[in-house]
Amino acid sequence: MMRRTLNAVSRVLPPRLRHFSGGEVTEDVSECAASPQITERASLYVHWPYCLRRCSYCNFNKYISKENNDHIMTKCLQMETETLLRLSQVSCITSVFFGGGTPNLAHPSIFAAILETVSRQVNLSDEAEVTLEVNPTPAGKSRLEDYCRAGVNRFSIGVQSLQDEDLKSLGRDHDSHEALQTIEEARRLCPGRVSVDVMFGRPKQTVESWEIELSELLRVCDDHVSLYQLTLERGTQLFKQVECGAVTMPSEDVTAEMYQRARKTLHQHGFQQYEVSNFARHNSVSHHNISYWKGNQYIGVGPGAHGRFVPLGEGGVVREARTQTLEPDVWIREVRHWGHGTRRRLQLGHLELLEEVLVMGMRMTEGINHKHWEMFSPQTGLDEVFGESIVVQELLQSGQLILDDRGLRCSWEGLALLDSILPALLVELERQISPKASQGPL
Amino acid sequence: MSKFPVDRIRNFCIIAHIDHGKSTLADRLLEMTGAIAKTEKNKQVLDKLQVERERGITVKAQTASLFYNHEGQRYLLNLIDTPGHVDFSYEVSRSISACQGVLLIVDANQGIQAQTVANFYLAFEAQLTIIPVINKIDLKNADPERVESQIEKVFDIPREECIRISAKLGTNVDKVLQAVVNRIPPPIASTEDPFKALVFDSNFDHYRGVVANIAVFGGRVKKGDKIVSAHLGKAYEVNELGLLRPDEHPTQKLFAGQVGYIIAGMKDVKEAQIGDTLYLHEQPVEALPGFKPAKAMVFAGMYPMDQSEYTGLRSAIERLTLNDSSVAVQRDSSLALGAGWRLGFLGLLHMEVFNQRLEQEYNASVIVTAPTVPYKAVLSSAKLIKNRRAVQKNMVYIDDQRVMMKYLFPLNEIVVDFYDLLKSLSSGYASFDYENAGYQAADLIKMDILLNGRPVEELTTVVHRERAYSTGKAMCERLKDSIPRQMFEIAIQAAIGSKVIARETIKAYRKNVLAKCYGGDITRKMKLLKKQAEGKKKMRRIGNVEVPKDAFISVLKRKEK
Repeated sequence: MMRRTLNAVSRVLPPRLRHFSGGEVTEDVSECAASPQITERASLYVHWPYCLRRCSYCNFNKYISKENNDHIMTKCLQMETETLLRLSQVSCITSVFFGGGTPNLAHPSIFAAILETVSRQVNLSDEAEVTLEVNPTPAGKSRLEDYCRAGVNRFSIGVQSLQDEDLKSLGRDHDSHEALQTIEEARRLCPGRVSVDVMFGRPKQTVESWEIELSELLRVCDDHVSLYQLTLERGTQLFKQVECGAVTMPSEDVTAEMYQRARKTLHQHGFQQYEVSNFARHNSVSHHNISYWKGNQYIGVGPGAHGRFVPLGEGGVVREARTQTLEPDVWIREVRHWGHGTRRRLQLGHLELLEEVLVMGMRMTEGINHKHWEMFSPQTGLDEVFGESIVVQELLQSGQLILDDRGLRCSWEGLALLDSILPALLVELERQISPKASQGPL
Repeated sequence: MSKFPVDRIRNFCIIAHIDHGKSTLADRLLEMTGAIAKTEKNKQVLDKLQVERERGITVKAQTASLFYNHEGQRYLLNLIDTPGHVDFSYEVSRSISACQGVLLIVDANQGIQAQTVANFYLAFEAQLTIIPVINKIDLKNADPERVESQIEKVFDIPREECIRISAKLGTNVDKVLQAVVNRIPPPIASTEDPFKALVFDSNFDHYRGVVANIAVFGGRVKKGDKIVSAHLGKAYEVNELGLLRPDEHPTQKLFAGQVGYIIAGMKDVKEAQIGDTLYLHEQPVEALPGFKPAKAMVFAGMYPMDQSEYTGLRSAIERLTLNDSSVAVQRDSSLALGAGWRLGFLGLLHMEVFNQRLEQEYNASVIVTAPTVPYKAVLSSAKLIKNRRAVQKNMVYIDDQRVMMKYLFPLNEIVVDFYDLLKSLSSGYASFDYENAGYQAADLIKMDILLNGRPVEELTTVVHRERAYSTGKAMCERLKDSIPRQMFEIAIQAAIGSKVIARETIKAYRKNVLAKCYGGDITRKMKLLKKQAEGKKKMRRIGNVEVPKDAFISVLKRKEK
């Protein structure tokens, strides 16, 4: 009874005031995720699931479409966007990212339509970053201008490699020349707002060939580079090739060396590493991605998309981890029927939320600053959580971790070993937070 | 039942090498005499344990009483199905003692095998009538003639006595029943004699207490009688008794010559000792010759996964051994794994079956280690005498086919895999027995395991000098495989005093960070990180090295075959 009344009230009052309108006076820490500064806004991710073919290393949610579903897919993306915006009750979308699949297989009007749907409902500033993932084929390149007209103002180009042989063996459908041309065109249209994705640790790659490739890349790229170590995922063609011995990956020592050299080289060229795999010059960071790492809300639209937000629209008070249905055909049916195709919803408890904030935030070179942490954990600061632990002391001593008046972050060396450090931090976090989190949400 | 004259009773068991078809024949006999309905599903009805069904083997011998009409007369046939595996030959010898004849089954293609011979000797030495039965004649490669020649040559049994059957199809099984009636003598027993029965097996039932399988050698017994166990001298009152058909069929009385079960308020299987004699309180009799208890051949240490599960495991072991008195149980403890037991089994299969039953029937999860062997240390090194690992004492030829060899072994050498290797090297034909020869001086040393220079107490072992290198190296290798990489190099060493005799290195991580972590990736990554965080909580810190419990287990546990 109390719960329903309070929930009804919450739709009218801003979340914070709920504490004083009756009921228990327990301090509901999990509701910091429901503080207005967090729940008023979100970034939007839209997934276009179709590709012409599947690259050998890819395990994303992508499909080779048999017939042209574009029209119905667009309508459904619009519908789901509308529904989820309403559900989240955000008043503003801070950035939009069109990912996939191969988004640049879709007609530019599709993105225009989706952006329009967003603007109709919430505030989408003209300055807001709208990124489109681009596969650098000639067909893709020719549409770039139209995408700009449709509202896209940033491009993320999946170059992956500048060696034609490698592109072939990875199953890519473009060559390096086409990639370079696409980069050029993109830079012309959106100067300073073009990102290039490259993979290292590819089969047959050496440290030397990587250095050469990097310098070639640095001659032509814009102000943002994403460097990803190629990872073997189960179920991919590449995985099978490695398993049966047809293909060998470079050794761990080699890939570790490639990473360190790349970091140094990019630094020398004026790039600032701001995240494990992301480097930017002249501060042209990806605002959308930073949003993830800072624990902000995001809405995921489209088959297999992920979201993190408080469904205020149905009286929710706790942030949820949401996943949309993976299979496009099934997703389409669900959207048509229910207005959205949400397959999974999981409430995030106070500890779980903080865990995500920690794990994501530590990926950034600036780490987690005290103010940022306070937004999610108003009662227990970073010093209190991590200051006392022996393990953390050791990491601080050995120079992998830094805890100072700015906040908590990895050192240059520590960042490369982040996943060895995080479990220890998670143990400490649980130790400090868990007893308090036993006072769950309403 | 009382009207059943002794001369129309036949007690027999089925013996054979493993998989030659004992249990199938038992099924057919039960079907044919109406003890069970004839259906497809009567596959090995007598194998009751889940582990028996899964492995297709008989572990515990089961008994059934059958009624059979032959030439106008009604006969009571008592059948005992026995295990075929070498580990369980003890069960076979117990069953034989209650019978007057055996059906010795031989596979028509495989012919005489190790257990065929072993079981034959058991029956022969007990002077039982042996009916050779050649089974699986329906199969393509069957060669009954050859097998009949074998039987004639090896066992000296005329080939005319062989009965060729297919237990699966039922071919000629009726001839087997006829042979049982005609060739196996009735038990020599009189209902007029004082009551005397042999306990040849026992089970523990939680609600009713000990259920003893008995063969009545004389007299009669009924509900309410006061009986005495010759072994313990204790008296009991008979609560219930009856036949096994194969399920329990309670009756009022049991008579001489019959085989059945009896429940008399015994609380512990040790009160119904195998080989014990039961008699009426008012009429004591001379005890029947008993048995030697089975000797453990294969040993293992058993520990609970976590000390919090100790009491659960203890009660599971207690309950299982209630029904298996051939398992030798002794408490033991290990620095790394806590309190546990040292158990002795008849063989490796016996141990595996025991483990499987622990897991299936009692839901216990167990760490199985190579057991420890007690040493006495003499600190003055002047007294140590160099010793060879095994010293031959004696060799005797029994006949032109068998030789007996006597060796003096350090217990450590036989405690783990010796018996099993011996059996497999000799295709099961070799048999093995041992007795304690006391403590002997030996060249033993203490070996430490170090991680980045710090000794790991739990892994310190005493080894013979000759074994030190190989043991040390093996331990280092196992540790290398089970300690996760850390942000610095880990040096694993085996040392005697200050001398390092084996070494392995675990490289440090140079890069360990997920390449991509955007909106959707976080869920999967969190799962993995949280799992690692949980694991970290359970690790032991040796200096700055974090060691999971699994590492200790992998070093201490029994090697997989």
